[in-house]
Amino acid sequence: MSNWWILRALLSHWMRRPFQLFTLLLGLAIGTALWSGVQAVNAEARASYDRAAGMLGGDMLDRLISTTGADIAQADYIALRRAGWQVSPVLEGRVRVGGEGVRVIGVDPLTAPAETQLGGAVGDGEVAQFFAPPYLGFAHPVTAERLSGVAPLPELRSFDGRVTGAVVVDIGLAQGLLDRDGLLSYLTVHGEQPAGLPPLEEVTGDRLRRSAPEDSGMGLGQLTDSFHLNLTAFGFLSFVVGLFIVNAAIGLAGEQRKPLFRTLRTCGASSRALVLLLGVELLTLAVIAGGAGLAMGYLLAGALLPDVAASLRGLYGASVSGELTLQPIWWLTGGAISLFGAGVAAAQSLWRAYRLPLLAPAQPQAWLAAQHRTLRLQGFGALVLLTAAALLAVFGTGLIAGFATLGALLIGAALGLPVLLAIALAMFERRSSTAFGQWFWADTRQQLTSLSLALMALLLALSVNIGVGTMVDSFRTTFLGWLDQRLTPELYIAARTPEEAEAFTAWIAPHSDAILPVWSVEEQVQGWPVEIYGVPDHPTYRDNWPLLSSLPQPWDAIAAGNAAHVSEQLARRFDLTPGDTVTVPTRAGAWEVTVAGIYADYGNPIGQLRIGLDALTDRWPEVERLRFAIRMAPEDVPDVIAGMREAFTLDPNQLIDQTSLKALSRGIFERTFTVTAALNVLTLAVAALALLTSLLTLSTMRLPQLAPVWALGLTRRQLGWVELGKSLMLAGFTAVIALPVGLAVAWLLLAVVNVQAFGWRLPLHLIPIDWARLGLLAILTALLASALPIWRLARTPPGRLIQVFANER
Amino acid sequence: MLSVTDVEKSYPSANGPVPVLRGVSLSLEAGETLALTGDSGSGKSTLLHLIGGLDLVDGGRIEVAGTDLSGLGDKPRAELRRATLGIVFQQFNLIASLPVQDNIAFQARLAGRHDRDWCAHLTDRLGLEGLERRYPEQLSGGQQQRVAIARTLAARPSLILADEPTGNLDEAASANVLALTLELVQETGAAFLMVTHSRELAGRLGRRLHLSSGRLA
Repeated sequence: MSNWWILRALLSHWMRRPFQLFTLLLGLAIGTALWSGVQAVNAEARASYDRAAGMLGGDMLDRLISTTGADIAQADYIALRRAGWQVSPVLEGRVRVGGEGVRVIGVDPLTAPAETQLGGAVGDGEVAQFFAPPYLGFAHPVTAERLSGVAPLPELRSFDGRVTGAVVVDIGLAQGLLDRDGLLSYLTVHGEQPAGLPPLEEVTGDRLRRSAPEDSGMGLGQLTDSFHLNLTAFGFLSFVVGLFIVNAAIGLAGEQRKPLFRTLRTCGASSRALVLLLGVELLTLAVIAGGAGLAMGYLLAGALLPDVAASLRGLYGASVSGELTLQPIWWLTGGAISLFGAGVAAAQSLWRAYRLPLLAPAQPQAWLAAQHRTLRLQGFGALVLLTAAALLAVFGTGLIAGFATLGALLIGAALGLPVLLAIALAMFERRSSTAFGQWFWADTRQQLTSLSLALMALLLALSVNIGVGTMVDSFRTTFLGWLDQRLTPELYIAARTPEEAEAFTAWIAPHSDAILPVWSVEEQVQGWPVEIYGVPDHPTYRDNWPLLSSLPQPWDAIAAGNAAHVSEQLARRFDLTPGDTVTVPTRAGAWEVTVAGIYADYGNPIGQLRIGLDALTDRWPEVERLRFAIRMAPEDVPDVIAGMREAFTLDPNQLIDQTSLKALSRGIFERTFTVTAALNVLTLAVAALALLTSLLTLSTMRLPQLAPVWALGLTRRQLGWVELGKSLMLAGFTAVIALPVGLAVAWLLLAVVNVQAFGWRLPLHLIPIDWARLGLLAILTALLASALPIWRLARTPPGRLIQVFANER
Repeated sequence: MLSVTDVEKSYPSANGPVPVLRGVSLSLEAGETLALTGDSGSGKSTLLHLIGGLDLVDGGRIEVAGTDLSGLGDKPRAELRRATLGIVFQQFNLIASLPVQDNIAFQARLAGRHDRDWCAHLTDRLGLEGLERRYPEQLSGGQQQRVAIARTLAARPSLILADEPTGNLDEAASANVLALTLELVQETGAAFLMVTHSRELAGRLGRRLHLSSGRLA
């Protein structure tokens, strides 16, 4: 019973300070919302991958693939089955159906492993239909509705466990559709195999090798891990910044409640009971804030998911549902992270309450010494972390090392900020010759302890903003320049049939300078889907197409027919440099081709390989000859488009001019970074809130410092201006420190994280105007955060200031 | 009720321990009142804190209601303060976020001895009626001190310790508040130990001891 009264006394503090309570709840709710929102998006995307992977066991089961990268002969599959190997054949490829590319997956449900969803897809009554003409296929409801029965596809049944744009059919039918009779892409290996199997080499020689899912890197889960890690890092950063608010609110509440704690102890509350009840209070607040945060996180995830889905589609070709369906585990982990965050943010305050001496004589010197000790410790921690970041940047490898470097850099910089500020303020104080100046600098230094957490949060948000902003700007500058070089032809046309293609080219020939075929096939190279394009020997490519590195005369090499240019992603994946060879499966068998050049291919989720046009048509005679790039006078483009639309009945996507295509590409690019931009702004907003809450709470505690200065002749308005000046100066200083930290973050993102995440490296483009904009934003943040406290100070009734002296003891 | 035997206490300093109490002994029976006087720094407040279980002795022994404080941990000392002791501070130490009526009832509720009628009686006797719903910051210094006294008496402790309870009041008000306090203490039958600078106020209590340089004169 007595504990209830102690708890009531503790809670009464919040009733008297509702704004402080609000900031605490808001900080925790926002932190939880951003974290759990990002987790919800990740969970939804991963569920989509699992659905896709589960269909073929892609992320779970080993595969047998060709050692040369070519297709597997069906005879090898039969030999393995006869030897007792439990394997199931899969053939993948693309066909054009009704003017669009469709991924065809040929499977054999009778031998498919139990871990896949194929058994569930093909019901007992449907097996016969699946195998025999007129056949039956399965697809995502959206795909099934659109393509069922459209030649050459069979009737399609809906099945939820499938990604859009893919059709699952019998393997025999797939071989016919893809014109790959007797060939297979890979064999899925069952999880359980009979004892005493002959070794793989004994059955198939050196033609096949076993590939674990993590080696193949083919699973969407693995491909997109880095993207989700990026999102998680942002979510975590926002969560940490949210915790700064909570920590500031709880810390200040702890300071304000010290007399209450002492009174409670004096009245007979033990320190254990006090801390226990503070824990109960915290738990209650965390549950309330966590619930609100989860609700906000759900809304946030719902708002972000369409853009994330677009980004994943653009970057990795991953199909993610735009609808949010959350599992109970999400609610549970979200609630747990809220409790954990509250615990972390409050740990120091709880410890202080537990260790609070019952008798606390005023010891300003001891306080000052403790402050110096804390600063020294912080400085040491900053030094250790920044050194670790430098070492990791030089010697670390991989994505985890990249993020560890980022973490060490950001936390080290944040810890170092109050130390640098204290040194700078002490220096100004020493140099100040006027009494007012000395008071100003000394008073700012005294405030530093209370404001340092908020300033650290601001530094983190600004640094990440500069870092991510510079990365996106670098990407934009590089991408747009690259786009200008890549999209040189003035017009692009796509026919639906070979006859239509013939009619188009015949019509357009008199209006154009050159008609350049854009023909391609898709193959699996060492288990990875690769687009193979035929490049006509034309100045359009020789003069404009940029190469990152190459052998001498790279264009002559591919025109000669035995060399290829490969995309940066493909080169990084297979560790290729100019002069190396890569094996490509063709109808006539494996083809060894020399890498003559490597080119950037930003935003392409799959690998790309460019060979001479003749080499393409010789080795893949069945290649669809439907798409063309047209060179012509730019001023003629509108007339030609109008003429073609008049002469033919065209779908909108069959004809596109260079300007529209560039605009479309830019649109896709911008959408890719919508999520990053949104999280960037939210993090900065949370930091602004942290500063606001600290300043507001502090303003109520500062009267004893300000009252004597007021009594000595400064007006309340002047005091308000002085306080504003302090806030702006501290924010400005923080922005100055944030600049180098942000640039280091940008470098790490471009040189380490992006290379791991997307497979390409971008040059760092510095855009100082953006820094100026962000500096102003920091000042504006401080201005907004200071406005209310300063307005309140300027309107403080003189009676309250006098009360400071009346209460002096 | 209270037995203090050869109590020693010193505080650490840069130049080594500074002795504050050097072998202090005294005793107090139920219903008795005792004034402890002495100059600043003589160790009066330190002795009061030690008796109140707010700090621990370096040497000697303090017994409150038969319980030896020297070996007690935090929890039993807290229980003793809650159940047996009442402490009135010069700084009032009211709970700023609770109204007057809840401040008065607070310790009695912790001790499980809340008596509504007794609280009303104290409120009436100490001239606090009409102020029950106000918060401490809305009261004058004298009013706050009377709330602090009411809070202590409301729990009916066996031993009341008062550290300069009227130190923030003028002379006349001090005399009035003390007279009232003593009357109420008498009603409860508690032992009363008060630390004060004022010889005049000390003279109103049953016994008087003078502390000088850590020793009883």
